[in-house]
Amino acid sequence: MKARVVHIASNTFREAVRDRVLYNLIAFAVLLSGAAILVGQISIEIEKLVVINLGLTAVSLFGIVIAIFIGIGLVSKEIEKRTLYTVLSRPVRRWEFIVGKFFGLAGTLVVNTFFMAIGVFAALFYVSHKFVRADALILVALYFIILEFLIICSLALLFSSFSSPLLSAVFAFSLFVIGSFAEDLRGFAGMAHGFTRWLVTGAAYLVPNFSAFNVVSSIAHEQPVAGQLIWHNTLYALCYAAMALSAAVLIFEHRNLK
Amino acid sequence: MPAIEILGLEKTYLVGFWRKRPKCALSPLHLTVEDGEIFGFLGPNGAGKTTTLKLLMGLVFPTSGSARLLSRDWTDPEVKAQIGFLPEQPYFYDHLTAHELLNYYAQLSGVAAKERSRRVESTLQRVGLHDVKGVQLRKFSKGMLQRVGIAQAILHDPKLIFFDEPMSGLDPMGRREVRDLMEQLKHEGRTVFFSTHILSDAEALCDRVAIIHKGELRGIGAVADLTSSVQSKVEVIWRGSQVPASIKALGAECHVTGDTVRAIVDETQQDAAIDALRRERMHLIAITPVRTSLEAYFVEKLRRAETMAGTTV
Repeated sequence: MKARVVHIASNTFREAVRDRVLYNLIAFAVLLSGAAILVGQISIEIEKLVVINLGLTAVSLFGIVIAIFIGIGLVSKEIEKRTLYTVLSRPVRRWEFIVGKFFGLAGTLVVNTFFMAIGVFAALFYVSHKFVRADALILVALYFIILEFLIICSLALLFSSFSSPLLSAVFAFSLFVIGSFAEDLRGFAGMAHGFTRWLVTGAAYLVPNFSAFNVVSSIAHEQPVAGQLIWHNTLYALCYAAMALSAAVLIFEHRNLK
Repeated sequence: MPAIEILGLEKTYLVGFWRKRPKCALSPLHLTVEDGEIFGFLGPNGAGKTTTLKLLMGLVFPTSGSARLLSRDWTDPEVKAQIGFLPEQPYFYDHLTAHELLNYYAQLSGVAAKERSRRVESTLQRVGLHDVKGVQLRKFSKGMLQRVGIAQAILHDPKLIFFDEPMSGLDPMGRREVRDLMEQLKHEGRTVFFSTHILSDAEALCDRVAIIHKGELRGIGAVADLTSSVQSKVEVIWRGSQVPASIKALGAECHVTGDTVRAIVDETQQDAAIDALRRERMHLIAITPVRTSLEAYFVEKLRRAETMAGTTV
């Protein structure tokens, strides 16, 4: 059972690599090295701040785009191309397929983030010529970005289990945007009354709260991150991804593969 | 011991966007296939063959009914370790090579790691793809992909193999090889269930066949039994260049070639035809029974089904 999930995950990872998904690293490297050189020439004292902000935001955006655009096709593409028929006609449970696909995509993103993180640290070294203890905080920001990816992957898979790739992309990207303003939505819910308050509160807690994961700005200013936030975000991301995956499994378990 | 027992499997889809209406893809189907048989599942396009196979593979869910495969419930995932399936016009992960794909499927089928490599190599050899095992599938022709499909279906040494249109996309040589392979599988004691609309393949290979049309089973049995149930015919040949009116009156199908006439008549009309020729003082050359093909049976069954549908309407 565990082995089948691993095999499906590694095939998903291999497919992403062979479909040249990791080529985005070249674009990332060009962007970051260009920015580092430019910032080194025009900024005074804030080079490091700009590089951290730009680097981590780019890591997040590149990853989100990959998570959405691969995630939305993970199930629907397999149904459309009928590659799924020869998988599910073996002793593979449908949930194993979904979970394997999830780990394959998550693994791709972790590897991608690892290489981009090397790029961020290289750019940082280029502009400041040394590392300080506070730079280790960047690892916390990268960890939060990976947690965000887990949620996005699970949502893209959920939409992919019942919808077309185009609609899935729209749904997943909308949720990412709304989720980035989840704290504002919760604030708005506090000000509303009656049915609207109930509705907005429900929506605010249903969408993923990505604003809690965004610590890029405070880390760029070398402000520490509370240990409680790390635990809270970890637990939140794992629970949210697990629920989205469970919903994906539930839908996929009952789907006719026409 | 039956390898396949289909117990009233039925599938109705709801079609339409706003007002959903039911569309029957498969009427309750009852079918038993014995262990070690090559069983042909015949029908025109859209008859319900692929739906039946998808139901048995758990790819679509039945509206009602159940099935047993190798004496176990067909929904039991572990029974699938002993089943091979080739879908119609298969498509595979084209980023993989033939060797990688088979290795992946062997992993999913639970083939032990130490045996996997040997099994993959021998299967590639068996389907004639060993020389291109390192080539990515995106560079394969349709016929080669069909061979890959057959390879993945037999890779894990299954006891029961389902082929959906296995000859599709193959050249005459390839078709011959697949036929030989299916016979080998039978001799190895495996059960082969295959759907096709190429009747000559079914006639050459199958122990028994079933005919399905518009989701309903129209006939089942050994090829010889089915064809013998069709009205037998005889071919009457005589010297001459004209067809007497009395022969035409028998409803004979006549062909004049030079100074020879051939007429195909029902076996029951044979004596009447001979009497007619005697009266006309024609020189009889030969009377030969016409062998009824599976195709003739098939066509008659479908025609009868169409006629019945017409009278019902």
